[in-house]
Amino acid sequence: MIERFAALHPDLNIETTVIDREAYKTQIRNFLTANAPDVATWYAANRMRPYVEAGLFEDVSDLWAEPEIAENLASTKGAMTIDGKQWGVPYTYYQWGVYYREDIFAELGLEEPSTWEEELANCQKIVDSGRACYTIGTKFLWTAGGWFDYLNMRTNGFDFHMALAGGEVSWEDERVRATFDNWRTLIDMGGFIANHQTYSWQEALPFMVQGEAAAYLMGNFAVAPLREAGLTDDQLGFYQFPAINPDVALAEDAPTDTFHIPANASNKEAAREFLRFVVSAEQQTIINGPDNLGQLPVNAKSEVADDEFLNEGFAMLSSNSPGGVAQFWDRDAPAEMAKVSMEGFQEFMVNPDNLDRILARLERARERIYR
Amino acid sequence: MSMASSSPSPHGWWRRNQQTLAPALFLAPGVLFFAVYVIFPIFQSFNLSLYEWDGLGTAEYVGLRNYEDLYWEWVDRDAFYTSLKNNLIWLVLYLLAIPAGLFIALFLNQNVWGIRLYKSLFFFPFVISQVVVGLVFSWFYDPTFGLLNTILGWVGLGPINVLGDPTLVTYGIIAAGLWPQTAYCMILYLTGLNAVDPEQIEAGRLDGAKGWRMLWHVVLPQLRPATFIAFVVTIIGALRSFDLISVMTEGGPFGSSRVLAYYMFEVALSEYGFRMGYGAAIAVVLFLIMLCFIAYFLWSMYRDERRG
Repeated sequence: MIERFAALHPDLNIETTVIDREAYKTQIRNFLTANAPDVATWYAANRMRPYVEAGLFEDVSDLWAEPEIAENLASTKGAMTIDGKQWGVPYTYYQWGVYYREDIFAELGLEEPSTWEEELANCQKIVDSGRACYTIGTKFLWTAGGWFDYLNMRTNGFDFHMALAGGEVSWEDERVRATFDNWRTLIDMGGFIANHQTYSWQEALPFMVQGEAAAYLMGNFAVAPLREAGLTDDQLGFYQFPAINPDVALAEDAPTDTFHIPANASNKEAAREFLRFVVSAEQQTIINGPDNLGQLPVNAKSEVADDEFLNEGFAMLSSNSPGGVAQFWDRDAPAEMAKVSMEGFQEFMVNPDNLDRILARLERARERIYR
Repeated sequence: MSMASSSPSPHGWWRRNQQTLAPALFLAPGVLFFAVYVIFPIFQSFNLSLYEWDGLGTAEYVGLRNYEDLYWEWVDRDAFYTSLKNNLIWLVLYLLAIPAGLFIALFLNQNVWGIRLYKSLFFFPFVISQVVVGLVFSWFYDPTFGLLNTILGWVGLGPINVLGDPTLVTYGIIAAGLWPQTAYCMILYLTGLNAVDPEQIEAGRLDGAKGWRMLWHVVLPQLRPATFIAFVVTIIGALRSFDLISVMTEGGPFGSSRVLAYYMFEVALSEYGFRMGYGAAIAVVLFLIMLCFIAYFLWSMYRDERRG
């Protein structure tokens, strides 16, 4: 991508620094203040709020005013907006949903569920066959955040979910409890693999590959390692997380990765040119293509790679997610709240009886964090 | 020559004060760096703990509110309580490294063929990185594929998930920490044993001392300096335990293996942490705890020096 940009602008001398994903999350604070590059990657929504509020990201609303971007990137504009201004551009996103073993479903005579009753009936049959319905590894907490996202959005709807992430609703609210009740139904029937608190999300993959668990609620990035582990596309299927409360519109998680211009950048014009380049329909097709990221392009005019899961995900996000698109729990909620709440989710998945204590703790944290 | 004797030499002041100046000059670089990199940051932390600051924006003065929050976390049996409790468990159980190291040292303190190889094998865990120790132990504890559960299976005991069980996890990590720490204490005692006076052993033997009595009344008193150092390094090691927790559990499951040092990192510097002031307040608490031990160590060193 950078080579192509350089070929287009031979007068620019581009330096790239590649930093490991986890290390990047702490280093960004240093280099934004001390030694700012012209362009930096980050994540959308609340995750960029600290940097926006500290004045470290450049306001790029002018780019979003250009018709080229305004028309084609409209779907992600909300996620890039804080205080009515846009602070960066997205370059890729991916869907979340349930990846399952088609062969196990066929063996047990199951269909893809679309309602909670079907889901529970399916799960009961899977448990009776000596398997777990879902694999999950909660050691690093965020995977439990994905479950909470879906259960809460399906039980109470997108707007309630966002209000909770924004600290406007009490954690001890009856509606929050309803979400946890649904979660508990799955936990109590043995729906999740045991000892998930010890595994990372990668370490939870073998359970699905070996057929000890039938499905995985995960982002599309789980497909590549599942294929590498030997599952063919005949064995692997995808379905949208089933509806729970028929009265709420379906909403999805689709985390968006973004580019920003640091406020201290020295070459902002070239940086803007780069952002325009990255989001163009043609480049979006290439960088999200099967040879590169293998994810969904943000530009409505680009083509989605010819991949079973990307096509399903694209169709789901563009036509069957009327409720809205969430970023992900740890990007929608403030970092501190995300941390304590995901710890609570993990504890709940291990000891559902502690729910009252957990919710009381989260409520105290809410009162402190949003004051 | 009359010149030299009548007027003071150009280096006169220097000459006169050389005795006092020389040590001061030699100390200066060390003292300077110690002040800038240790003493000054301590006061900085104290100051920072009175603010609320996300590390990016402007800091807001909040008085003692960070400490008040810590107090409520203590009352509510929340994260701070867990960390402090775990720190205490670490302190007590980590001391097991001292007797364990002593007995391995006594066992290895003999002259047989290849003893140097055995000694280095026992010393090995201290040489490898804590990160590696943590990884090895987390594989050992793995609930599905781990060696521990395989062994327990042979004797008919059920599988346990050490690192996933909030009541066991701290003990599991301490066990991993004891492995290198025991090796460290062992090497301290091995050097100490070299200095044990053979004549005193001989005299003790003539008086009929054997086994435990010999160890307790003749050998151990001579190992006092080694024991002292072993205490110091073990207690400090216990209080700053961080690497193993970070590698093995990240403080989990749901925060039950946190200690103060890790909690401080989580709150102030980790992926989700933005509360520099709160982290500083935890650092101050940890510092005060360490200060008790450091003061005791300094005092007992001072006492020994005066006696000696």
